[in-house]
Amino acid sequence: MVGRFRWAAMFPDEVWEHVFSFLTSDGDRNAAALVCRNWNRIERRSRKRVFVGNCYSVAPTVAVRLFPEVRAAVIKGKPHFADFNLVPSDWGGGAEAWVEAMAEGWPNLEELRFKRMVVSDDCLDLIARSFKNFKVLSLVSCDGFSTSGLAAIAANCRHLRELNLRESEVEETCLNWISHFPEPFTSLVALDIACLEGEVNASILERLISRCSNIMTLRLNHSVPLERLVGLLQRAPQLMDLGTGKFSARHNPQLFSRLESAIVGCKNLRSLSGFWEPGLTYLPAVYSICEGLTSLNLNYATVQNPELVKIISRCKNLRRLLVMDLIEDSGLVAVASSCKLLQELRVFPSDPYDAAEPVSLTEHGLVAVSAGCPMLHSVLYFCRQMTNAALLTVAKNRPNLTCFRLCIIEPHTRDYVTQEPLDTGFSAIVESCKDLRRLSLSGLLTDLVFKSIGASANYLEMLSIAFAGDGDMGLHYILSGCKNLRKLEIRDCPFGDKPLLQNASKLETMRSLWMSSCSVTLGACRQLARAMPRLNVEVINESGRGPLAAQPDNCPVEKLYIYRTIAGPRTDTPQCVWTV
Amino acid sequence: MSPPLEHDCNVLTERICSATAAGDGILNLKETELRLGLPGSESPVRDDKVGLTLELLPPKSFFTGAKRGFADALDAGAGKWGLAAGGGGSEKEMSKGGALFSPKREGASGGKTTVLGSAAKDEGTKAAGRDSNISVGNSDEIQREIAPAAKAQVVGWPPIRSYRKNTMATNPPKNKEMDGKHGFGCLYVKVSMDGAPYLRKVDLITYSDYKELSLSLDKMFSGFTIGHCSSQEIPMRDGLSESRLLDLLNGSEYVLTYEDKDGDWMLVGDVPWKMFIDSCRRLRIMKGSDAIGLAPRAMEKCKNRN
Repeated sequence: MVGRFRWAAMFPDEVWEHVFSFLTSDGDRNAAALVCRNWNRIERRSRKRVFVGNCYSVAPTVAVRLFPEVRAAVIKGKPHFADFNLVPSDWGGGAEAWVEAMAEGWPNLEELRFKRMVVSDDCLDLIARSFKNFKVLSLVSCDGFSTSGLAAIAANCRHLRELNLRESEVEETCLNWISHFPEPFTSLVALDIACLEGEVNASILERLISRCSNIMTLRLNHSVPLERLVGLLQRAPQLMDLGTGKFSARHNPQLFSRLESAIVGCKNLRSLSGFWEPGLTYLPAVYSICEGLTSLNLNYATVQNPELVKIISRCKNLRRLLVMDLIEDSGLVAVASSCKLLQELRVFPSDPYDAAEPVSLTEHGLVAVSAGCPMLHSVLYFCRQMTNAALLTVAKNRPNLTCFRLCIIEPHTRDYVTQEPLDTGFSAIVESCKDLRRLSLSGLLTDLVFKSIGASANYLEMLSIAFAGDGDMGLHYILSGCKNLRKLEIRDCPFGDKPLLQNASKLETMRSLWMSSCSVTLGACRQLARAMPRLNVEVINESGRGPLAAQPDNCPVEKLYIYRTIAGPRTDTPQCVWTV
Repeated sequence: MSPPLEHDCNVLTERICSATAAGDGILNLKETELRLGLPGSESPVRDDKVGLTLELLPPKSFFTGAKRGFADALDAGAGKWGLAAGGGGSEKEMSKGGALFSPKREGASGGKTTVLGSAAKDEGTKAAGRDSNISVGNSDEIQREIAPAAKAQVVGWPPIRSYRKNTMATNPPKNKEMDGKHGFGCLYVKVSMDGAPYLRKVDLITYSDYKELSLSLDKMFSGFTIGHCSSQEIPMRDGLSESRLLDLLNGSEYVLTYEDKDGDWMLVGDVPWKMFIDSCRRLRIMKGSDAIGLAPRAMEKCKNRN
C-alpha cells in the first residue's frame, strides 16, 4: 500500500480484522485476501467461516493450519451425480481426515456442515468429544453412520442447537438415541430427522421438545403418527418450521379438531413439509395456517389435484413450493393465480418410469406459472413433453430466472409439435435470463444449443447435460465460453478428447468436471494430467478389466471426474478409481 | 444374529446339493418357485425367458473365485445384445445392457439385437458413450426397433435422488394399482460382504430373477477370492476343475443371505423372486459357517406365509 493510503498501512492488524468482520460473503473475504500480503495474512488468520466445495481440493491439515480461527465449516464430498447412483459407493468422500484435522486444530469449532460425505460413527464420536462449544451439526445427503453415532452427539454436545440429517442414510443401530440428550439439555433450536427410517420414540421426543423452549424447526420422520403430532405441537407452539410425520389416521373427528387447534396454535408457522401417506380427511387441518406459509413441501404427498389445489390456493404468501406432478397443469394455473409471491417451484414426477397412466402435467403448467408469478426465479420441472414455443414464452416472461432445471423424462424428446430439437427454446432461456446461475438441459439437443450457452450464459455456474449434442464442438463451445462456469456434469453425450485437451486450462478455473458414458479415451486423460499438475484426473472404470495403468491410450473411459486441487492425488481411491 | 448351533451342518449342504444337482452349478438362486418336494429333490433347469443376456455367459457358480474378465463373456456370445455392449461391473450393468436400455420386458430383445448387435461385436472395452453416439444419431430408428411397449430404464435417469426413490417405493402413490409391480420403479438395497471393506448398492428391480442378481453380485465382488460350496460335484463348463477351484478358494464358503422386512436373515433363493424383492431389505454375503441354521428358518417362514 503506497501513496495516499500510507495512513492505512499504519493500522494495527486488529483494526483490519474488525473491518473484515463486516464482510459477510466468502467471495468478499476472498477478494480482500488478494489485495496484498498483509491483508492476506490478516484475513486468513481472522476468518471464522470456511467453505470447501470439494473435500479433496485441499488437505485438511493445511486448511486447518491456514485458517486457525474458524468456527464454522462447510465441506462437500461426492460429485452431484452420486445422487443418481452414477458414482460407485466406495468412491470416497470420507470425513475422517477432516474431522481428525479439525479436532486437532479447531477446538473452538461450533458449526460443521457436511454434504455428500461418508461420515462414520467414529467421526461422530470424535466430533462429540472434541468441540466444547459445538452448536450445529448438519449432515445433508450423507451416509456411513448410525443412530449410535447420533447418540454420542446427543449425549456430549451440551450446547447443540441444530441437528440436521436431511436426506441422509442412517443405520438404525441404537433405538432410543434421542433419550441420550441429558435432562439438563435445553438448547435445541432445530431438529430434522425426516430421513430416519425407523421408529422414533414419540414420548421421549415430547419430553425433549418440552424442555427445549427455543425449538423453531422440527421435522419428524414418517413413524410419528398424527396423534403424537398433536402433543408435540402443543408443547412447541412457537414452531416456525414443521415437518409432519404420517399424515393419516383412522377417521376420528376428535383427533381432527385437536389437530386443527394445535396447528392454529402455532402462530409462527412459516414452513410446512412431511405429509407422508396423507389422508384426505386430515389435510384440511392445515388450512387455517396456509396464509402465513412461505414454504410448502408436498413432494411426498401423494394426493390428487383437487386436494392439492385446496391447500395451495390458500397459501397467498408462498415463496417456495415443492409438489408432485399430481398437481397437473390446472393446479399450476391455480398456483399462478394464488401465489403471486412465488420464487421457487419444484415439480417432481410421481411415476417417472411407467407412463401407463400419465399425469396431465405438460409445458402449459410451466408457462402458466412463468406468466403469473413475477418473482419466480428458480425452477425444477419434470415433465414428459415440451415445445420450443413454451420455452420461448417462459424466457420472455421470466428474464429474472437464476436457476432453470428442466427434465423431460424420456431422453432425446423432440418438440412434440414441430418435431424439432429443443435448441431454440433453451437458447432463448440463456439469452433472455442474463443472471442464470444454474441450468439443466434435457430433450433432443444439437450442438447449436451449446453454441448459445457458451456465448450467452455469462453468469452460469453449474451446467448439467445429458443425452445431448452431436460431437466435440458441443463441449468446446461450453468450455471456451461460460466465463463463470464452476461445475459441469455430463452424461451420455458424444463428447470426446479434443475439446478437453483444447480447453485444458479452463478446467483449472472450475471446481469440477464430471463426464460419464461419453467418448473420452485414457490417452487424453494421461495427456491432460501431464499438462495440468493442479488437476486431479480420476478415471472410474467398474468393469474390472485390470489395472488401468496397463491399458492402452485408446481405452475408453467410462466415467471421468476432474477437479482442481492443491492437495495432489488423493490416497483413498478404491480399486475402480485411478488418478491418472 | 447367531444361528442356533444345534442345527445340522448338513441342512445347509443338502440345500446346496439340491441346487447343484439341478445342474447349473449356481446355488439354485434362479429357482423361482417354491416346491413341495423334499429337500434334495431335483427341480428342472429352466430357461430364462429374459435370457437374452444370460445365455451368452457360460453358466458358472455364483462365486467363481477366478476373476473372469468381462471380455470372455462377450466372446462367448457376441451376437446377443444384452450385456455385450455395456460397461461391466457396476451394479447396473447386468440389466443395463447397452448404454441406455435394460432388457426388462419380452419383445424388447429382438429389435435391440439387430441395432446394437454390431456394437456388441467389439471387445467389452467398448465405451457406453459410443453406444449413445449411435443412439443419438439414430434415435428414431432405435426407438422404433425397440418394442415401444417396453419401458426402457436408464441408469440414474431420470435424475431423481435415490433417497427419494427409496422413500417413494415404500410409500407408493395411493391411486396406482400395485399389482406386484413397484410403482416407483426401483428398490435399492445394500450389499455387504464379510471381509470386504465397502458396501455396494443394487437396485433389485433391474433384475428379473435370482440368476441375474447372482451374476451381478459376482461381478461386483469378484475382486475377492470367494468360494462356493466345496463338497459337491460342480459341473464347470468353463473348464475349471473342482480341485482347482478348491485350491483357489482355500476352502472358504460364502452364501448369499438377505434381511427381510421382519428383520430376519434368510437364505436367498428360498422364495419366489417376486416375494423376495418385496421383502428383501438388504443383502449380505456371509460365510457359510455363519449361515448355518438359516435354511430351516426360511422354510418355516415360507410355510407360515403359505
